[in-house]
Amino acid sequence: MSDLKVKTMAEYAASGETPEILFWVGCAGSFDDRAKKITRAIVKILNHVGMKFAVLGTEESCTGDPAKRAGNEFLFQMQAMNNITVLNNYSVKKIVTGCPHCYNTLKNEYPGLGGNYEVIHHTQLVQQLIDAGKLKVKGGSFSGKKITYHDACYLGRANDVYEAPRSVIQNLDANLDDMKRSRENGFCCGAGGAQMFKEPEKGTKDVNIERTEEALTLKPDVIATACPFCMTMMTDGVKHFNKEKDVKVMDIAELAANNL
Amino acid sequence: MGISNIIFILLLIAGSGLFIFNAKKIRRNILLGKEVERKDRKSERWKIMILVALGQKKMFSRPIPAILHLFVYVGFVLINIEVLEMFIDGIFGTHRFLSILNFEFFYFYNFLIGFFEMLAFLVTFGCAVFFIRRNIIHVKRLVMKELNGWPRMDANLILCSEIILMSALFLMNAADQTLQQMHSEHYFAAGSFPVSQFIVPLLSGLQEHSLMMIERFCWWFHIIGIFGFLNYIIISKHFHIVLAFPNVFYSNLNSKGQFSNLQSVTNEVQAMLGAHPNPPEGREFSPSSGELEGASPPNRFGAKDVFDLSWKQLLEAYTCTECGRCTSSCPANQTGKLLSPRKIMMSTRDRVEEVGRNIDKNKKFSDDGKSLFGNYISAEELWACTSCNACVQECPVNIDPLSIIIDIRRFLVMEQSAAPQALNMTFTNIENNGAPWQYSPADRLNWASEN
Repeated sequence: MSDLKVKTMAEYAASGETPEILFWVGCAGSFDDRAKKITRAIVKILNHVGMKFAVLGTEESCTGDPAKRAGNEFLFQMQAMNNITVLNNYSVKKIVTGCPHCYNTLKNEYPGLGGNYEVIHHTQLVQQLIDAGKLKVKGGSFSGKKITYHDACYLGRANDVYEAPRSVIQNLDANLDDMKRSRENGFCCGAGGAQMFKEPEKGTKDVNIERTEEALTLKPDVIATACPFCMTMMTDGVKHFNKEKDVKVMDIAELAANNL
Repeated sequence: MGISNIIFILLLIAGSGLFIFNAKKIRRNILLGKEVERKDRKSERWKIMILVALGQKKMFSRPIPAILHLFVYVGFVLINIEVLEMFIDGIFGTHRFLSILNFEFFYFYNFLIGFFEMLAFLVTFGCAVFFIRRNIIHVKRLVMKELNGWPRMDANLILCSEIILMSALFLMNAADQTLQQMHSEHYFAAGSFPVSQFIVPLLSGLQEHSLMMIERFCWWFHIIGIFGFLNYIIISKHFHIVLAFPNVFYSNLNSKGQFSNLQSVTNEVQAMLGAHPNPPEGREFSPSSGELEGASPPNRFGAKDVFDLSWKQLLEAYTCTECGRCTSSCPANQTGKLLSPRKIMMSTRDRVEEVGRNIDKNKKFSDDGKSLFGNYISAEELWACTSCNACVQECPVNIDPLSIIIDIRRFLVMEQSAAPQALNMTFTNIENNGAPWQYSPADRLNWASEN
């Protein structure tokens, strides 16, 4: 059994309490084995700082991001409206997501359909907790290690979040080394726009191989990501080059939770 | 008024008349697009236009072409003051009219002419390097296959025209200053010539008459060249020098991650969910039929042809100068996929131009059995996009090729049910399980009790 303390929105409602924040886990974070570890790392941090948070549990459903990016506006809006009904019924005000795609969709696409929330990504929350002195990440096993951060498109270019994940890495006392294509010029992992769920079109190379190759030229100890899809793509890329013994692919939340 | 003044005035009327005629056609073509709200938030729009269009902010992510482009841009804008003088001289038969700006205490005109010569030199230098980058160094984004044929010719014609126009200016000034030194009758001393002075030795030994011929020839060549160039740019990719400004002004000011919301879909979905709190104007929700009434049937979902795009997307197609920064940053293109965001913009322009010619011919558009999707853009291109926004980020004039890709995807998915099979499975999973993979919604919280 896990020692994580997790309460659902329904449990809070039943006890007449209101959580500080809703943790929107996302489909990858709920079902993908690798991404579930990221979810648990986020919860570990939330538990550690004693934040009152809730999850929707079985009431959560896909935000509709892959449908929207693939052009299925019908399906997207069906998902969005159902989710908005659930969120509004619980009078949710503030949401932290474990996935940049959920983050972008809840933050930017839901207001037009009647869902208005303050939405942050987990890297922003971790940074805020560090800045507020509630979370100490210094001096862990990543001290002095070389870490390169792969920008998630839906965090970076889509929403201009470049600093929060980097700030967390710097707080680890790690050696942050950016790839040539980073921040605004970041190179996609290849999974966005619903590519995660289909085979790539014919080409000379897979996008994640191109990107991993770039990351590996820096000879990092860790490739840090902030998105479960980037995690899958970069992990596959590292395996492709048989480097999984030398280079770890880890989420910012896992790096921050490592020392807890 | 001499015959040459009359010829000049006729040229001026014909040159600007043709320009206005073609500009009106482009405006008509752009307005074939659908309405989209881009006239709000005026102060933000002025600010972004000053920064990005006037200030060239986004060009500087690649400093070398940015500096060369700045030479050409500033030169082009400021040398127009000298062109204004040529217009005045042409109409009124004066010579170097602006030399009235030479005052005893400050020879302002001489300063201006000297400054323009320096600029003209930088323009020539910039264009020459651009020509070399395209034709000798073969910078990758400037030699890609979508540029084969007319686009490559177009680019080289622009660069050569600018070099030739500037050369005529230098030769004219060289002949003029030689005549000034000879104290020739109409050629009073005016101007300073830091660049063309180096051409003067080439003209030594020529008779006064020959020098006057050269000076007059270059003057006419330059002015006719400018009228010609003006009417060339409007049918060329070079029209970005004008459209960049409105295009940036009407930029999408929202987060790049926010895609447009289809109100027509919202109406349908709300009807399906049996809730319609805010029916759009002129429409009423009928509980008995479960449908919206009192309205024309919804437009096509997504975009099949240029008529389904917005006027802003069509303006972007006309603004694109085919620099290829978008394509050179596109992850799909860089890994050998068919998709090139630049080609999406070029195809859109080609199609809207074809539609325009059709309208010219038939008074109104007569169905030609073609469309943007299918005849110009293929499904393989569209499905290679990762929606990463690198192309949108890169564009120096805020063109958004991604919005066109998504609009055509919407047509493919919602009108034709033509998504790739794997995506159809994903849609089914989302619909049935609330997740893109086939997992039971009941297992959503399992992570909390696992290790």
